[in-house]
Amino acid sequence: MTATVVTITSGKGGVGKTTTTANLATALAAADQRVVCIDADIGLRNLDVVLGLENRIVYDLVDVVEGRCKLRQAMIKDKRLSDLYLIPAAQTRDKTAVSPEDMVRVVDELRPKFDWIVIDSPAGIERGFRNALAPADIVLIVTNPEVSAVRDADRIIGMAEAEEKDEPKLILNRIRPDMVRRGQMLKAEDVLDVLAIELIGVVPEDEGVLMASNQGVPLALNNRSKAGRAFRDIAKRLMGDEVPMQDFESQDGLFGRLTRLVKAGGQAA
Amino acid sequence: MILNWLLGRERGSAKTAKERLQFVLVHDRAGITPATIDAMKDDLIAAISRHVAIDSNAVEITLTKGRNTQRLVADIPLARQRSRT
Repeated sequence: MTATVVTITSGKGGVGKTTTTANLATALAAADQRVVCIDADIGLRNLDVVLGLENRIVYDLVDVVEGRCKLRQAMIKDKRLSDLYLIPAAQTRDKTAVSPEDMVRVVDELRPKFDWIVIDSPAGIERGFRNALAPADIVLIVTNPEVSAVRDADRIIGMAEAEEKDEPKLILNRIRPDMVRRGQMLKAEDVLDVLAIELIGVVPEDEGVLMASNQGVPLALNNRSKAGRAFRDIAKRLMGDEVPMQDFESQDGLFGRLTRLVKAGGQAA
Repeated sequence: MILNWLLGRERGSAKTAKERLQFVLVHDRAGITPATIDAMKDDLIAAISRHVAIDSNAVEITLTKGRNTQRLVADIPLARQRSRT
């Protein structure tokens, strides 16, 4: 058995890469998959706190690359899920401490032991991004329905293409259905129209994301959260299940339902 | 405002966002900035004006995107003819 390597990237910062990485890794592990995630954001370590594992770090990715520890020693086991591990980024170094070749080597050593290796890419298009991209089998681009974020996503698509990766798939994060309905926010269809890549998931804006990161417990474990469900759906799609996209754009309150009812009645008449 | 809404005329900012994105991406992908377009426009006007009188204020060069191709389209109106010869 050999793992599939999924790299989560975006170009722009703050669109939800780390949240997405933590939630997809958690959702996959909760579905009985063996998962390791790697924080490739050297110098700006974050995945550990989102997963609630910050107190357990002894060694990190740079220690592995520079031979100060065995790979196994840098793998932190999750508190809740038995088959979820994290390899944290170094906090005191910068991105040049790791090369794309180092990443490929580390990932190749992990491949036989896992089903999924999920890599959290740093923002930007420099070394850290190249490190995260190098070992990827699947590239997932996270974007927000915002001009600057979509523009950066387009740049990343071009760079993944230049590295001869398979066409990236898109995660549209932080959609606000109410704003989409009012015509004040780009909808999934608009973004896909512009980027011309395949969509793998739409995640609604959810205050639970902040609450989950406050507590260090990924939302994907929360059955009542809409965003949590969206992340679980993406994990299922990665595993090859056909899960229909949730429609966040026309689903609405009483008023919307009444309007549709009236429209439907009108058409029937 | 309410009248606009009732008549379905409200223009959401999402529409503007999409148009701006399309414009920006066409330029990003081709690696041609609006400044380059302006420079090309000046060169074109100078070159063509040596041969024929054109309405230089109305010259427009646009970068457009088809399914698989991008093209530069130049719209160059001739200056108004005084008389026929």
